[in-house]
Amino acid sequence: MIRAAAIAAVAAVGAAAAGLAACSDPGAPTTLRLWAMGREGEVAAELVAGFEREHPAIHVEVQQLPWTSAHEKLLTGFVGDATPDVAQLGNTWLPELAALGALAPLDAEVAASPVVRPADYFAGIWDTNQIDGTLYGVPWYVDTRLVFYRRDLFAAAGAATPPTSWADWLTVLRAIKARAGADRYAILLPLDEFDQLLAFALQQGDPLLRDRGRWGNFRSAGFRRALTFYLQMFVEQLAPIATEVQVSNPWDELARGYFACFLHGPWSIGEFRRRLPADQQALWTTAALPGPTGPGAATAGGSSLVMFRRTTHPHEAWQLIEYLSRPEVERQFYALTADLPPRRTAWDDPRLAGDDQVRAFRDQLERVRRTPPVPEWERIVTEMRVVSERAARRVSPATTPAELAAIVDAAVTELDARADQMLDKRRWMLDRAAGSAP
Amino acid sequence: MTARPRAGWAFVTPAVAAVAVVFIVPVIAALALSFTDFDIYGVADVHNVRFIGLDNYRRLLATPLFWSALGNTLFFVVVGAPLSIAASLGAAVLLDARVVRARGAFRTALFAPVVTTVVAVAVIWRYIFHTRYGFLNYVLGWFGIGAVDWLGDPRWSMPALIGFAVWKNFGYNMIIFVAGLQSIPGDLYEAARIDGAGRLAQFRHVTLPSLAPTMLLVTILTMVGYFQLFAEPYVMTQGGPAQSTTSVLYFMFEEGFKWWNLGYASAVAFVLFALMLAGTLAQLAVARRWSRA
Repeated sequence: MIRAAAIAAVAAVGAAAAGLAACSDPGAPTTLRLWAMGREGEVAAELVAGFEREHPAIHVEVQQLPWTSAHEKLLTGFVGDATPDVAQLGNTWLPELAALGALAPLDAEVAASPVVRPADYFAGIWDTNQIDGTLYGVPWYVDTRLVFYRRDLFAAAGAATPPTSWADWLTVLRAIKARAGADRYAILLPLDEFDQLLAFALQQGDPLLRDRGRWGNFRSAGFRRALTFYLQMFVEQLAPIATEVQVSNPWDELARGYFACFLHGPWSIGEFRRRLPADQQALWTTAALPGPTGPGAATAGGSSLVMFRRTTHPHEAWQLIEYLSRPEVERQFYALTADLPPRRTAWDDPRLAGDDQVRAFRDQLERVRRTPPVPEWERIVTEMRVVSERAARRVSPATTPAELAAIVDAAVTELDARADQMLDKRRWMLDRAAGSAP
Repeated sequence: MTARPRAGWAFVTPAVAAVAVVFIVPVIAALALSFTDFDIYGVADVHNVRFIGLDNYRRLLATPLFWSALGNTLFFVVVGAPLSIAASLGAAVLLDARVVRARGAFRTALFAPVVTTVVAVAVIWRYIFHTRYGFLNYVLGWFGIGAVDWLGDPRWSMPALIGFAVWKNFGYNMIIFVAGLQSIPGDLYEAARIDGAGRLAQFRHVTLPSLAPTMLLVTILTMVGYFQLFAEPYVMTQGGPAQSTTSVLYFMFEEGFKWWNLGYASAVAFVLFALMLAGTLAQLAVARRWSRA
């Protein structure tokens, strides 16, 4: 017992001495820990080098996480009190880490910052970082979905310019399917991805969850319209019943004409340029997503830079976030990764603005919308995919409009039931917080 | 009188302590966890955890996906395990035949799938199963059989996974059977031959009974292993299409480590444990009756 106390005392003295040493020596560099994922993690060290040149007293230690284990690593880091100072965070994970209380609010820093100016960011992307009026992140890059299509097949079907409304789009897709025959299709909607249906749903006025994210809102007229439109593509066999497992290389398949268009993110531009031979490069291009009555919204994806609440160097951590958010650093980031910048001034660059296939993203980014900012959303959207896949497998050309309406009705009822169950804990938390408030 | 037991306890204490720390304590903690709604909010603050009694178990039994996952797992066990054992035994008997040359090379080749990484061979099998460019459908085409959408059609995804799993795993049991076959004395076969037994009769009346203890071991190991179906759907189909390859373990993994519903996932683990225990006890009972008869 006595010995244990003695050891503790020695340890405390040692720690105090170390603390004193850290304070008294101005030459010792402050070390910031930055976590970044996947390809971004690979180039982060290169970006950070410029920051270290400007701030010789700060050393940034970059840790690269694979995307597949990043979520688990963040949560275990939080539990084990080992979170970094700054991290890249997929913006759909932000509500969850904010709910944990792991993230530092950034409103005061942004208000005082000459670099990070909210008005310069695309509004839909900026929104994803705000939870109940508090800002928890600064967008680093954006990701959304565009239509990648075959120019020649669309032109042959009478669409010299890409359609912008659902009705025109359907007309073109039907014409393409009529020319393509039974074993070729007009569009690819992989059944194991939720992005396509989610984009159609976000284009509606109705929110996906209601009452501050307490209940599902899938029975709304808007979601019914989106699901009906989505399923219509399968009823008319405009889209194959296929998953990403079967069409793992959509770029070559588009060039072969297995389908005439699909919805994908910015990285597909690089894939097309790398994979297709030069004489096929003129075949494909990009277009903004059609909406119910005109150019429509798309998902506001991408990653943000966040500061953790437990950081011991908030000032230096914010300096790093500020540096990485500079338009010229974002351009350098684009050159390294092809990740699209989230702020408009960064787009004033010939490499971005002068590229036709990339410019369609610039147009789409003005119309991106965020998904409901609740931690349960990822789970709910997965259920949406499961239920819509099941519905898509039930329809056929023999399905009548009345039968389709019944299938849609059953699906949205089921979805609301599942969402409500998943939100049960959230409702309890909100009610308790409301009850304990004075 | 008291000195010897005390010394005995002193000797086993380290081992008992190790077992308690790495096994008994976690199991009790997991059992306790299964009576709570521990989730991501509980990670944030332990006051957000509610004790909910048997609600997790009640909810689990009312979840259709759990029942379909259980059905998928049982299908995999009931069809996959016997196929796997039959393939192992067949390969072992062939390897054991006197006429076989280069036995070592064949044994190595047949064992190779066991030591390969699931993730690496899954990529190759995804090509083999590919609907339009796959080798399997190409071969079926020679016999006039139309393309089967192996990994995309909910009716065929499980048979495809069973084929993959049998190929991947049969080599392991094969080695155990080879060892079992080599320990059967040659004079038993000689005696059977003298009694006029043919090849089939020798197999039925000499090989199989002599292999009974090996068979029991292999059956239990295979059944327990096949109940824990996870890696195959994880790398090949992600539980799809239409959740047709979601197994109980995959379901538990998603609940626990994808969605962090740790309380609920613990309940799944205990239900799976109860099922496997029941299966193993049933096998032991059958084996006991079999060896007594």
